[in-house]
Amino acid sequence: MDPARKRTLRLGVALTAALLLAGALIYTSFTASTEAKTPSELAASALPGRSYELTGRVAAGSVHQEGRTLLFSVQDRKGSASVPVSYTGEVPDPFRVGREVIVQVRREGDRFVGAPDSLTTKCPSKFKAAPPKAY
Amino acid sequence: MATTGRALLILALACSLYGIGACLAGARLGVTGRGAAWAASGRRAVWVLAGLLTLAFAILEIAFLRSDFSFAIVASHSSLTTPTFYKATAAWSSQEGSLLLWVWLLSVWSSVALITVGRRLKEIAPIATAVLLAFSVFFLGLLVFAAQPFAQLAAAASDGTGLNPLLRHPSMMFHPPMLYSGYTLFAVPFAFAVGALVTRQVGAEWIRATRRFALAAWFFLGIGILLGARWSYTELGWGGYWGWDAVENASLLPWLTGTAFIHSIMVQEKRGMLKVWNASLVLTTGILAIMGTFLVRSGILDSIHAFGASTLGAPFLILLGLMIGGSVYLVVSRRASLRTDYRLESLVSREAIFLVQNLVLAGLAFAIWWGTFFPLISEALTGTRHSLGPPWFDRYTVPFALLLVLLAGVGPLLAWRRATWASARRSLAVPVGIGVATLVLLVVGTDAGRKPLALIMFGLAAVVLGGVAQELVRGTRARRAMSGEAPPAALLSLVRRNRRRYGGYTVHAGMALLFVGVAASSAFQHTSEVSLKPGQHTRIDGYTVTFVRPTAAVGSEKISLGAVLDLARGGHVTRLRTTRGFYPDTTLGPFQAPVSRFFTGEPTSEVGLQAGFTRDKWVDIDVSLGPLQRQLAFRDRQFQAATRVVRSPRQLTAFVDARNAVVGGLARTWVTHPWAANFHLIVSPMVSWIWLGGIVVFLGGLLALWPAPRGAPRRAAAGYRARLGRELADVASARTAGT
Repeated sequence: MDPARKRTLRLGVALTAALLLAGALIYTSFTASTEAKTPSELAASALPGRSYELTGRVAAGSVHQEGRTLLFSVQDRKGSASVPVSYTGEVPDPFRVGREVIVQVRREGDRFVGAPDSLTTKCPSKFKAAPPKAY
Repeated sequence: MATTGRALLILALACSLYGIGACLAGARLGVTGRGAAWAASGRRAVWVLAGLLTLAFAILEIAFLRSDFSFAIVASHSSLTTPTFYKATAAWSSQEGSLLLWVWLLSVWSSVALITVGRRLKEIAPIATAVLLAFSVFFLGLLVFAAQPFAQLAAAASDGTGLNPLLRHPSMMFHPPMLYSGYTLFAVPFAFAVGALVTRQVGAEWIRATRRFALAAWFFLGIGILLGARWSYTELGWGGYWGWDAVENASLLPWLTGTAFIHSIMVQEKRGMLKVWNASLVLTTGILAIMGTFLVRSGILDSIHAFGASTLGAPFLILLGLMIGGSVYLVVSRRASLRTDYRLESLVSREAIFLVQNLVLAGLAFAIWWGTFFPLISEALTGTRHSLGPPWFDRYTVPFALLLVLLAGVGPLLAWRRATWASARRSLAVPVGIGVATLVLLVVGTDAGRKPLALIMFGLAAVVLGGVAQELVRGTRARRAMSGEAPPAALLSLVRRNRRRYGGYTVHAGMALLFVGVAASSAFQHTSEVSLKPGQHTRIDGYTVTFVRPTAAVGSEKISLGAVLDLARGGHVTRLRTTRGFYPDTTLGPFQAPVSRFFTGEPTSEVGLQAGFTRDKWVDIDVSLGPLQRQLAFRDRQFQAATRVVRSPRQLTAFVDARNAVVGGLARTWVTHPWAANFHLIVSPMVSWIWLGGIVVFLGGLLALWPAPRGAPRRAAAGYRARLGRELADVASARTAGT
């Protein structure tokens, strides 16, 4: 085969592979993704049975343990709207009231049920520490 | 001290601005006469900058070591009880301190680069210096105007809030300096690439001069990523080492494109090819390094690693826009200079494999970038934010990783330019044979066959290790034939004289071990979440796990509630101890919640881990404080009432003693009247291979970075000529056989 034709063929194969990869990326990312919502958005529009990624802060006074199930509310970062979450699974060490969390949830009645082991909290190196009190 | 620190930062900013002006004047006026004088002045500005920032960083460090709580950053990230080692390293746990570390490291590496290569590349260096100083101006601008590390409190605190307990881990303390060294070192080849493109000096000289910096950047970034993974595994209490979080991915992206770059520059050095690709790759790597820093500070993506409520996103976005726009302009406008007359001669050659490996790495980086930024992409396209989880990332990264390991096994065994099928067969027969034998043994002797992708990874890793071993044996034999040395001496001498090559082989071997560890621990992990009382047991992967007894310890810094567990299998018992540490809540006033405050601060897990060559046994406890809540509330009320009658120091001492006794008694309730605790149990095979592989990669990287002994290049070239001669003889004999 003459070298110019060979090069064109190689380019064609490479471009086809790149296009296939791009197509697969776009298709799978839209089919496998989870909608990200804040508590206020979730409270207003969540559909039962559908999975969402909930982001916000753990609301004060909302954390309770019932056996292996952790009950807490997630509040908007800026605002007071919150949704109740029941979660079973690994709880990261930094989890506590006021901390930013991300959790995969599904609406079941009035409550949102967290997917097992899907709870993540803000990395501890990035906490904005409260200013210490001068005493 | 704080005033001096601030003044040093302002001086450093002025010095950087002057340096940029001097360098641009030097570039404009030429490499001799006044131009050379201006360029030299700009170079000296970098050294002065490094000196000023070293002093500024030293002041911050001294403030931390002296617990000077008049510094806001010290008060919010350290305390009197913080151990000295962590006081010294707490500086970069804050946004302000980490930015100062970034620009300080940049100034140091820039100085080293200009000392070692600045004089060699007279035309390129002034522009490169100006680019490096422009990065300094950006970060110093942030430090002077937005995130001030030397800000002071109106009234000095008597104690600080302390370093977050989860950061009290040696890996975590070295992880940021390593990552930042990687990021800032990538700025050096980026700056020299810009210099080369601006001055149209696009040969291999700038690559040869800065190759070691690219390698060092890759090395430090890789070590930083691995240290972060180790910290996550042993400290965070979830048992994983990689979560596909946006910021984790952002550190991986420049490492992947950097890996592609340090391979593809070999093709430009040896064959004069891939100039456009190399320029694009190094510019992309530099952009991705800044993007990693940007993601942590912008808040544009929901990441567990992003600084909350940061206002630094906009400046970073402007910098990124300038870098992307400038890079595209330079590559497009210089495409004629970057054109090469050399073509790929054969698909069976080392450069062809490097090219494919580069495409795979670029594809992998693109897939990870796409997944990371998908929330923004989907929002732009559909109006709603969607995010992708670990299963999506695994779907793409696993096949890419398999391909990469295959190419790492094959690539180094093929000759440059054109390998004959005969020589390729000869080089690949033994490694492929080892790979196939490994597969057969695993299928017959173990249950690895139920996870085909992991099985393929084991086979491919065996090909890599077989290939590296074969090259070492062949090289040692050849060395012995030439010098008559004993085998160990011949091996040492071989490696010593070809450090770059054998360092690369060692890195490949380490990566193979690391991938084996990742594949085995991901595919064959057993995990369990159980609630147990003392004396109860559960089963996991054939082990009977018994909660033997609870433990409690009250220290000056924290209260630890834990458990002793026995894992028994086949008559062998492993004892593991895990604790949950409760630190006091330092944000409360001195008499607020006088008892419960000792249980409501930052909690931290001390994982029970027995690491082994074949498997890790890992356990983490979560002790709920629910059963203590009523007691804690009662004691809080009791001691709050008592505070009203505390009048004298003697009464205060009695109050503190009584409160400490109550706190200790409450903690010991866990031992005297234990309740059920939640345990996370993991039995994971070959996790140690990840860390072992990391150490081998580290050693290989050091070997490749170490300067070659004098005269070695000449001998290496002689070796190359000999090999070329052998391959030409193969071609000739093949042609003779054909005719």
